[in-house]
Amino acid sequence: MNTTTKHPRPLSPFMHYRWQYSNTLSILHRISGLGLAAAGLVLLIYWLVAAASGEEAYARAQEVFASPVVTVLLFLVSLAFFYHMLNGIRHLVWDTGRGLERQTARKSGWAVFISAILLTLILWLVIGGAA
Amino acid sequence: MSLRSPIGRVLGLGAAKEGVEHWWMQRVTAVGLVLLGVWFLVSLLRFDDLSYALVTAWLEKPTNAVLMILLVATAAYHSKLGVQVVVEDYIANKGVKIAVMVLLNFVHVALAALGIFAVLRIAFGAGA
Repeated sequence: MNTTTKHPRPLSPFMHYRWQYSNTLSILHRISGLGLAAAGLVLLIYWLVAAASGEEAYARAQEVFASPVVTVLLFLVSLAFFYHMLNGIRHLVWDTGRGLERQTARKSGWAVFISAILLTLILWLVIGGAA
Repeated sequence: MSLRSPIGRVLGLGAAKEGVEHWWMQRVTAVGLVLLGVWFLVSLLRFDDLSYALVTAWLEKPTNAVLMILLVATAAYHSKLGVQVVVEDYIANKGVKIAVMVLLNFVHVALAALGIFAVLRIAFGAGA
């Protein structure tokens, strides 16, 4: 049809940029990284400080870690951990100039996305099985 | 004929006065974190339970204590570098940007110091 009525005047690229897998995975790398910083790193330090503060402090921390909110948070942190690590390796491979072809990048993107979800589920099945 | 001094040509830093330090250290810490992250995850899974006795006994071993300190330091460094890029991208106001970055630097150094001190306290057996 007549596209000039849809875009009567030229628009900046960002105004009609098509949302696609590449920028989705890219922003997920950022979000997972921020999540690992804000939740993963903080919880790791909290755990270590609790262990260094004695048995009572550690027992209180264990209650915090067992609470529903923190359990959900730990699940998300583990998902972010696997995704950020696998996609980070994908970026490291790109830095050597390899894997940048459109088809290869698409395949590795899907591999990272699906592997991260699978590894997270396997991890929590293992934890659930041990508990 | 170039007007650049020989030392300027060798350093190759140009008007920005800095080179690829941020980019390179992000990659170096990333490789370190893959190794340390996998070690930490496997270690956690090998625990029968994460009780106080087992966790502190584990952190008292020199190898575990050192690897945990390296994990804390590398994670804090990598986190600082990554968060810095996000701040630089999304905060337009220069004053706010500098203030937020200084604050986040303090937070990262404090977290690293807390974590490292905690591991040393357990490893040296001074835990309460």
